[in-house]
Amino acid sequence: MTNNFQTNGESRWSRRRFILLTALIATLATIGGVALLMNIFEHRQEGKNPFYRVVELTDETEDPAVWGKNFPLQYDDYKRTVDMVHTRFGGSEAEPRTPTQADPRSFVAQSKIEEDPRLKTMWAGYAFAKDFREERGHAFMLDDQTYTERQQVVKQPGTCMHCHGSVYVPYKKLGGGDLIKGFEIMNQMPYTEARTKVSHPVTCIDCHDPATMQLRITRPGFIEGIRAYKASQGVPNYDVNAMATRQEMRSFVCGQCHVEYYFKGPEKRLVYPWAKGLKVDEIMAYYEEVGFKDWTHAETGAPALKAQHPEFELYNQGIHARSGVSCADCHMPYKREGALKISDHHVNSPLLKLNRSCQTCHKWPEEELKARVETIQERHFKLRNIAMDSLMDLIADLKAAKLANRGDAGFTSAQNFQRKAQFYLDFVEAENSTGFHAPQEAARILGESINFARQGQNALRGQMPTATPAPAAKAASAKPGKPSDTGQKIAKK
Amino acid sequence: MIGVSVGVGVYTFVYAKGYSYMTNNPASCANCHVMNEQYDGWLKSSHRAVATCNDCHTPPGTIGKYATKASNGFWHSFYFTTGGFHEPIQIGKRNLEITEQSCMKCHSDLTQGISAHSAKGDEGVSCVRCHRSVGHMH
Repeated sequence: MTNNFQTNGESRWSRRRFILLTALIATLATIGGVALLMNIFEHRQEGKNPFYRVVELTDETEDPAVWGKNFPLQYDDYKRTVDMVHTRFGGSEAEPRTPTQADPRSFVAQSKIEEDPRLKTMWAGYAFAKDFREERGHAFMLDDQTYTERQQVVKQPGTCMHCHGSVYVPYKKLGGGDLIKGFEIMNQMPYTEARTKVSHPVTCIDCHDPATMQLRITRPGFIEGIRAYKASQGVPNYDVNAMATRQEMRSFVCGQCHVEYYFKGPEKRLVYPWAKGLKVDEIMAYYEEVGFKDWTHAETGAPALKAQHPEFELYNQGIHARSGVSCADCHMPYKREGALKISDHHVNSPLLKLNRSCQTCHKWPEEELKARVETIQERHFKLRNIAMDSLMDLIADLKAAKLANRGDAGFTSAQNFQRKAQFYLDFVEAENSTGFHAPQEAARILGESINFARQGQNALRGQMPTATPAPAAKAASAKPGKPSDTGQKIAKK
Repeated sequence: MIGVSVGVGVYTFVYAKGYSYMTNNPASCANCHVMNEQYDGWLKSSHRAVATCNDCHTPPGTIGKYATKASNGFWHSFYFTTGGFHEPIQIGKRNLEITEQSCMKCHSDLTQGISAHSAKGDEGVSCVRCHRSVGHMH
């Protein structure tokens, strides 16, 4: 009896346990099922709306914060260009400084001329020998130019604004709706006056059509430069906004500013020297033909040229350009935000996002890819240092010859070799990839630079080259001592 | 109680188009967006007319096909739901082997001369290492 009762109690207990357990499992399964359902629902929602039109954007909407209301993800990335991160050779470090009345910046990038004082010798007599710092992100382009100490040494023209501020809307306003006319008016303003016309560094409207979001070119310098280049390739009347492909545009919008340039004539028109081609030799030949010099070298009297960040030109000589890879493919790679695919608008070094930029095509581990890039850059840097030493030797010899009052043909020839040697060297030095954009071409350019330095020293010893190095002498004599020739391209960063 | 649980399960299955994963339709592989690029690439590739996802990414035979689908399906949804996976997505070792074998399904006559000289699992000889764009570039 007692036994029976016990069995009954036990079976009731085990049944209750069974029910409880079932309820628990069913509860957990339901929770799991609903959680999964909600997760799928959320992912679906992410994929539904590419963007909400919160504000109306027009061809006058300059403020990126307004665009950011419609495109918050891109705007968030864009604002991150304030980041200061160092890679092995590029990037910048934040150096604290005490703000002054004249320069309110509380931190700046490290000085390049203090890192390598040979640069001061190369640029002797030119404002770059006064102040030249490592480039920072897009967010700083306007301030860093407004407050550089180069401004204290030379009077700069309004032309500089072309690439240091968002000029599309100001140009159109100045020109009464005509972009090119506005460009011409601002070019002739003093820098300080032009500075009051712009209020932002590069913004959305500089690359995007506000109605369609398609890429478009807004910089007169590039519109005219690429037309001249295409004409040299047998394509007359090239209209970049009508004729370029979407993939080309993904490089062209960057090429609006990351290029070599000079200010032409007294009207200070910004010109990209591409009428003969994009290679360094073709650009040099162009400068020889028009007889241009940036300044007269203080120690040697050579008619010198300053190269400016020719990223677009050097990239075009590399394997990536040849394979149809655009600037944006590596510097603004696609990324996934929820279910949306967007271009990364935090423009910076691909070394900081190897997976999304390199690994899209190169199936190797990130460490391996980084090592490959750094191998190229280290080799480049060694060669660049050799070229720099060669140039220093030539400048020292020329300086001594000048002090000895030499003015013979050998001396003039050596001055012209200096002009070439330092333009070629500066071409890859001012370029911001430490050779990576086109490694072999960069090495060739440095080899040529070393050779020019060698030939210059030979010329001083009376050995004239068999093939005369182009009529650079013309450059020196065409506009002798004209003050307007100097200090024209100081407006770097 | 159990009914609710089953009901939620069935509804989730239908809502997530679970049934589509039983089919051969390549669009279902891009249901969750992560493979959009692969799907878009395949639409433009030379193989789009002759091979769907399953032809290259599952082994021959019904059992092998559905076993692979089940295993990949589970792990793909697991990582997609929990996050924290490598992007761009990369193929795993086992799936790469299946894909390599799939090339042979059609091209073995042509490649006999090559494969005769390589040991099984020889990493040096891989079809997709050179012919990467035939299925989809990325």
